[in-house]
Amino acid sequence: MREIQAEMITDVVKRLCIKANEQLPEDVKCAIRDCRACEDWTIAQDVLDRIIENYEIADENEVPICQDTGMACVFLEIGQDVHIANGDLREAVDEGVRRGYREGYLRKSVVKDPVRRGNTEDNTPAMLYTEIVPGEQIKVTVGPKGFGSENMSAIRMFKPSAGLQGIKNFILETVETAGPNPCPPMVVGVGIGGTFDKAALLAKKALLRPLDSRNPDPFYARLEEEMLERINCLGIGPQGFGGRTTALGLNIETMPTHIAGMPCAINISCHVTRHMTEVI
Amino acid sequence: MEKYTTLSSAGGEQQEPKTEKTENQRHITLPLTEELARTLHAGDTVYLTGTVYTSRDAGHKRMCETLARGEELPFDPKDATIYYVGPSPAKPGQVIGSAGPTTSGRMDAYAPAMMRVGARGMIGKGARLPEVVEAMKKYGGVYFGAIGGAGALLAKCIKEAELIAYEDLGAEALRRLYVEEMPLVVIIDSEGNNLYETGRTAYLKQRANQ
Repeated sequence: MREIQAEMITDVVKRLCIKANEQLPEDVKCAIRDCRACEDWTIAQDVLDRIIENYEIADENEVPICQDTGMACVFLEIGQDVHIANGDLREAVDEGVRRGYREGYLRKSVVKDPVRRGNTEDNTPAMLYTEIVPGEQIKVTVGPKGFGSENMSAIRMFKPSAGLQGIKNFILETVETAGPNPCPPMVVGVGIGGTFDKAALLAKKALLRPLDSRNPDPFYARLEEEMLERINCLGIGPQGFGGRTTALGLNIETMPTHIAGMPCAINISCHVTRHMTEVI
Repeated sequence: MEKYTTLSSAGGEQQEPKTEKTENQRHITLPLTEELARTLHAGDTVYLTGTVYTSRDAGHKRMCETLARGEELPFDPKDATIYYVGPSPAKPGQVIGSAGPTTSGRMDAYAPAMMRVGARGMIGKGARLPEVVEAMKKYGGVYFGAIGGAGALLAKCIKEAELIAYEDLGAEALRRLYVEEMPLVVIIDSEGNNLYETGRTAYLKQRANQ
């Protein structure tokens, strides 16, 4: 049994909120540069050049890449041999978000109530996802999620007879509907299987996987490649002004599901797909 | 052929890409008079200098309630340009934090009412409803696109920022900004031409001809 102080979790969450908002992951930067090299449409090249300039400015000046510094999605993989001491875990995470968003001059974008609104002023609560895993460490990932792209996400409960074709059509339809709204070039996270809620979680987790990785199952790896290629034939392009680069990447995560169903969730993200991880 | 390919190519047959030939670079100084607005075309690259006002969801709701009561807005809307943005807080020594556009469609419910009282320019990103485009044609409005997600870059063009109303709305408060050479693209012009349609169509046509 290893003891980890709640205060340490607060510190890590705070640091990750700031860093994730200022530094784009290397795999995302790399995907943007690769897409720029392949882009042959003038206005699309200009947009991608400015997107590259933007993340460089954010990096150098330590300012947020995007003003929508998102809802703080915090993923904790907690080793089952860990004891969290001197504090409530939920409160420790929220305090980290509170400090990170204040000290990092990040935008407070959370409202108290979905219908009656009213800003919480400190970007809490975090969207907290916990998972118990073997071991005696805690892996903390913070992925701030902006809502320009979140709003373009979709979920559908397919009949199994819809098959692979149903999933493919749904992915293209969702990207087509999103069009210029989610700040393309986008990143597409697809979750297939589980229950209604698990499919959505898989889609969100798909956005955390590096864009240069492929699903370990060759069937889904091929599907990732095919769908990315087809999305990049739609012509939406960077910012929707036309061009090849509609998506930077597409990741699929799956799990077993019920004999009667085939849930599919698509979580859309933008070219500022941020996440940062630390292990305690 | 699958549905989606059909959708894109169908778009290609509907409309000849107008912006391809007329595309140009313009340096514009605000205010945006109707005369000036009517010379701008979808696809033009514009470098904007002058005063713009920031507002998004909650600010627009409040402004439209003010107008409905027959009261005056916190700024003179005549020939004004509104930037749909909720900036991040300024660090010490900064004019403003990161300040890229938010999705404009959420302001569609309010945009025609704003144009009715004289506001003319809108800066944002994403699709607009037909009723907004109709109001733009009627009043001579222009919809500019700033690069969504490029908040750090766009903040560099903002030389002054002053809070003028609705402070309680935080990031959504009304601000007066002075911008210099802000890089924008005309997405929808006062004739209703739309770069989201023409740009994509032109690209797909070129791709098909390759």
